[in-house]
Formats: sequence, C-alpha cells, structure tokens
Amino acid sequence: MKFDIYDFSVLTASIHQLLGEMMGETAVMITEMVIVGIVFLTLFAILGLALVYAERKVCAFFQQRLGPMRVGFWGTAQTVADAIKLLLKEPLMTKSADKFLFNLAPFIIIVASFMAIAAVPFALGLQAIDLDIGVFYVTAVSSIGVAGILIAGWASNNKYSLIGAMRSGAQIVSYELSVGLSLLTIVVLTGSLQFSEIIESQREGWWIFRGHIPAFIAFVIYLIAGTAETNRGPFDLAEAESELTAGFHTEYSGMKFAFFFLAEFVNMFIIAAIGATMFLGGWMPLHFGGFTAFNEVMDFIPPIFWFLGKTAFLIFMMMWFKWTFPRLRIDQLLTLEWKYLLPINLINILIMAFIVLMGWYF
Amino acid sequence: MSVKELHKATQSQEYFVNMGPQHPSTHGVLRLLLTLDGETITKVEPHLGYIHRSIEKMCEKDSYQQIVHLTDRMDYLSCHMNNEAVCLAVEKGLELEVSDRVKVIRTIMSELTRLSSHQLWWGVMGMDLGAITSFLYGFRDREMITDIFEETCGARLTMNYNVPGGVMFDIPANFQTKVKEFITHFRKKLPEYDQLMTNNIIFRNRTEGIGILTKEDAISFGVTGPSGRASGWSNDIRKSHSYSAYDRVDFKEIIRTEGDSFARYKARIDEMWESMNIIEQLIDNVPEGSCREKTKAVIKLPKMEIYQSVETARGELGVYINSDGKKNPYRVKFRSPGFSNLNALNTMAKGGKIADLVTIMSTIDLVIPDIDR
Repeated sequence: MKFDIYDFSVLTASIHQLLGEMMGETAVMITEMVIVGIVFLTLFAILGLALVYAERKVCAFFQQRLGPMRVGFWGTAQTVADAIKLLLKEPLMTKSADKFLFNLAPFIIIVASFMAIAAVPFALGLQAIDLDIGVFYVTAVSSIGVAGILIAGWASNNKYSLIGAMRSGAQIVSYELSVGLSLLTIVVLTGSLQFSEIIESQREGWWIFRGHIPAFIAFVIYLIAGTAETNRGPFDLAEAESELTAGFHTEYSGMKFAFFFLAEFVNMFIIAAIGATMFLGGWMPLHFGGFTAFNEVMDFIPPIFWFLGKTAFLIFMMMWFKWTFPRLRIDQLLTLEWKYLLPINLINILIMAFIVLMGWYF
Repeated sequence: MSVKELHKATQSQEYFVNMGPQHPSTHGVLRLLLTLDGETITKVEPHLGYIHRSIEKMCEKDSYQQIVHLTDRMDYLSCHMNNEAVCLAVEKGLELEVSDRVKVIRTIMSELTRLSSHQLWWGVMGMDLGAITSFLYGFRDREMITDIFEETCGARLTMNYNVPGGVMFDIPANFQTKVKEFITHFRKKLPEYDQLMTNNIIFRNRTEGIGILTKEDAISFGVTGPSGRASGWSNDIRKSHSYSAYDRVDFKEIIRTEGDSFARYKARIDEMWESMNIIEQLIDNVPEGSCREKTKAVIKLPKMEIYQSVETARGELGVYINSDGKKNPYRVKFRSPGFSNLNALNTMAKGGKIADLVTIMSTIDLVIPDIDR
C-alpha cells in the first residue's frame, strides 16, 4: 500500500487496486462501503470524545477554572469514562411515551449527521463521496435532524420536551434559509456546487479574502446561523436548561441521550467543516496569488492539518459564543432571522452576483 | 362549519405546566403553576410550603439568644442582617445601648453580606439567562468575602456573628487590611460584570421592558429592596429608619423609575458600588470599645411588643416580637422581603414568555427558605 500525506487519493487508489485483485467488482464496492462506514463510525467516536473534552476545557478556561483534571493526564480520559458511564446507564422511558417513536428519534438525528459528514472533504482525495451537488446535499441532509428533535419532543409525552421541540423546529427551519443563502453567496463566486471544485477555485486565495465585503458578511451570517442550527448557545432554546430543564431530551437517559449529545457535537464539527471549506479554503493551504515562495512554504504543511486547523478555529469560535452570550428569547430569535439576517443575506447575494458579473473580485 | 365554529375550533388551548418544585431556575423548592397559551404566560400561581420549617413556631420555644441562630436559615444569603434584626429588636426591648464599635462592625459586616449576596445573585442571574460563565465570575469575587467571614467568625454562610448586646468576637487583627484588599480588588472587577452582561445586546433585549412593575403595584404588593426601588419607590430602611451606623455614613439610595427587569438589575449593580462606599467610609474609623455588652445569661423581656426592621439584600425584613415577660417570646413574626416580592410575580409575568418569567424571577432575587421560613 502506498501512502502520501499530501494526496490521499494515492492511498485510496492502492486500496482499490488491492481489493480488485482479490474479488469481483460488486464485492469490491460493498467492501469499500463497509470500510468507509467503519472509518466514519470510528471518526464519530473520536470526534465525540475529542470535542466534548475540548468543550469542557475551553469552557473551563473561560470560567477561570481547570476543568477535568483527575482522570488521565490533564483529564484526557474523562470523556472516555463518561462514555462508559452512559453505556452502562439504564435506558429509562416514561410509561406514557410513544415507544416506537421514542426509540426512533435518536437514530434519525445521528443518521442525519452521518449522512452530512459523508460529503465533507477532509483532505485532497480524502472524501467519501464527491457529489456534484455537494453543497445542496449537505444543506438538505442536515435538515433531516430536526425531524428527530420534533419526534423526540412529541414522543416523550412531556410538556417541557414538547415546548423545546417546537422551539427547535421553528428555529432550525428559519435558520436553514440563512445557512443556505450564505453558502449560495460563495456558490455564486465559484459557479459550482461540488466541494472539490470549490476548494480548487481557492488555490489563489481563500474566498473570505478574495470575495470582498460580501463574502465576509456571508461568513459572519453563516457562523451565526450555523450556531443556531446546531442548537448551541446562545441559540440553545431547544434545551434551555433554566427554562425547560433539558428541553427535547429531558426524558432520555443512557445511550439514547448520548446519541443526542454526540449528534450536537458532530453537527458542530460539520458546520465548522463546511464553513472552513466554503470560506477558508478547506484543506487548501494559505495562498496569495503571486507570492510563489510563500505559497510553497505553506504547501509544505499537509492539507489534512490545514483542514483540521481551520475547523478547530471555527469550533473554538462557536464555543466562545456559547460561553459568553446569554440565551435569546424565542421571538427575538425569529426576529433576528426574518427581519435582519434574511434581508441582509438576500441583498448580499445580489451584490455578490453583481461583483461576479463585473469581474471585480480578485 | 360556520365561521364562528371555525374560529372556536382553531383557538389555541390553554394548558398547565408545573414549574418546580425541582426546577433549575426556581432557585430552590418553589412550585409555580403556569397557565400557558403556547409559550405565552396567562397566569402564574406560586405554591409554597415545600421548605417550610416552622421557624416562627420554633422561636416560641427558644430563648432570645437561640432565636438568632434560627434566622440564619431564613434568607441564608443575608444571614448577618437577619441576625442583626433580631438582636436589634431584643436590644430595643432591653433598652440596651451597644457600643459604637459594635455598630460599626455590624454595619461593615452587613454591607459585606449585601455585596456577597448581590455577587451570587449576579452570577445566578447570568446562568438563568443562559450565560453560565457569569456564575463563576460572581463566585470568584464572593470567595474573598466568605474568606473574610470565615476569619472573623468561623463560618462562611450561616454566620451567627451577632448576639444580643454586640457581636460574638472582636474582629481579627488583619480584618481591615483584608477588607481593603477586597475593595480594591472588587472595584477593578465590578466593571468586568458590566462588560460581560450589562452592555451585552442580547442581555439588554432580554431585560429591558420585561416584567414592568409600576410604582403603585410595588407599593400595594409591598415589594421592597432593590426590586421596589427600581420601580421608583423610595423604601430603603437604612435611610428612613436608620439603625446601627448607617446614620453616620454618606450613601445614595439607588432609585430608578423604569420598573423593568433591567432597572432591577442595574439597581443591584449600583448598590454594590454604594456598599463599597459605605465600607470604605467606616473601615478606617472603627471606634475603640467593647465588642459585646454584658447581658444576663437568660434574657427576659418585659411584657411588650417590639417591631424592628432592617434592610436585607432583598428588602425590608421586619421582626415582630410579642413578649409576655417569660424567657421565650409569646409570638414571633418575620416580615420577610422574599414573600412580598414573590406576590408581584403574576402581575409582572402575565403576558410574557416562559423565558421572561425566568428573567423576572432572577431579578426579584428569590431565596425560597426566606419565603417559606
């Protein structure tokens, strides 16, 4: 097997060749699918553990404390211990809950984030499927998750859960518009919905630098709306522990609760990853058109680290929001979307289209 | 289906939600029966009694020195003021004049208690609004005060520092330096509170114009303390019925006229500045003298009625003692500020959202053991 950290297609091609020598075409396809599935399952587990740890540490440092310190070196094994605890917990269910839907809801949420992560380009050649409608696919698939939240709230047969679920429904349906429109602003620039092409088009510089002010506005709106879509603070009205105890997952315990928890963090990763891909060049190193020497030095850092670094930066931004801002009220949340973000976004897209038409971007 | 029937069928239905007794934002075991129309509140009905310990009845069995210890457990965040109220009442009954030193120590300790109470309130208010970081900021500064308390009287929360006739022990040698250290520290840190919360646009939107309490309502419900003063009602006991050393210090009574949640919030923040002013005026001139007047081991009040009120962190705490000449009182009644303040909740929260109710409950600063006693 050949391996090149700068181009993962070498690795995938050699795996494909190796499998091709051993079995038939259909069998190769099925085996590859299984491999990808296992890789993503592992990635989910690692992401969950790493992000929960990161969140606890980031939150701790914002709050002038140390966070988990006892289990493992600097508390690194704390999340593992928590995961084991959640696995061993009894899955409780209220008597009057709708059994089938109650059990179904966590899976819908986790499947939605599973499907969305499939289109994320991690590095050159490291992407499960490079759809030609990638951006559209991700926005479409990630909105399935709200169905899981609504079902969870309804099936729990708890008023707090129901209020949380209805809030979440109103919130996600609204903010999806802004996420979609701010991504469209970049699509207008690139002229493609395919992630690989969008990244390739940023070889001369990331869109956030080259797209003038409209690209920056779109980036800010994307960050706000993306945070809202993951149900994280200051938009965590769906759980709002001071109002609704725990919102839509009040009645869940054990592994089913862990699924909601995991999905929240993975969704945060996906939002950050898509944001990094669209605005910050994905795995593309920091390039400036014309500075050849500088670009070559930047090329020396492998693309996977560029991608992870940018994503980590955006995730840190979202954690920063959560641990600084108070929560919005439901009507203020909807006002922000429908009266401010959406009109700004629409005008922004028009300006961007005009800029592209005149060829004014770098 | 006629238009009328259609209208009736599509009308939203009211439903009930029990908020509490175990709920993160009721700050204790308070049960609120909410009548909701969607997310809009049409009625709030507080149900009490989950932490009732019959303190007033217990007082009838106890001697006057013992009553002081029970009052710690009412409004535990203003425990020193509660103690002081009972002690002042008993001293009034005995016609005992305490030394200037005691008066000044009591005033400094009261203001420190007020500061620590407001710091905790500020942190918890942030948490109620979803900004958890403020909670730990509030506790960071409160820690310094509780350390001072611990050095002074050995306890951090339920202090029992007051006794009828004075204070239990004299202040430790480094009391003044420690308090001054804290004041310099907190004068730097209090603007941080403004940066994190007061000037935040989300916070402003969540509090401004929310839960308006008019001056008339404040007076008729008896909403005292910073909550009442935010509605424009001047009701500071420290000014109107001055006790201890409050008559010899120069401080402003914080009065705001808006009557909304932000006014109540700002009134408390400003009160923290004023408390620091009061302490600074007194801390360098603690008069010499005894810290405790001699009283008999068994205090017997003559047959009389006494009423003494003090300004706690939440408002007016009144102590009514009816004595029939024995070593324990015939009847003790506490007029607790939390109970009266809670009564205005329905007036303030009606028509708002659930999130507004949480804001309002934070800004009237409920301590449930104070309400139930």
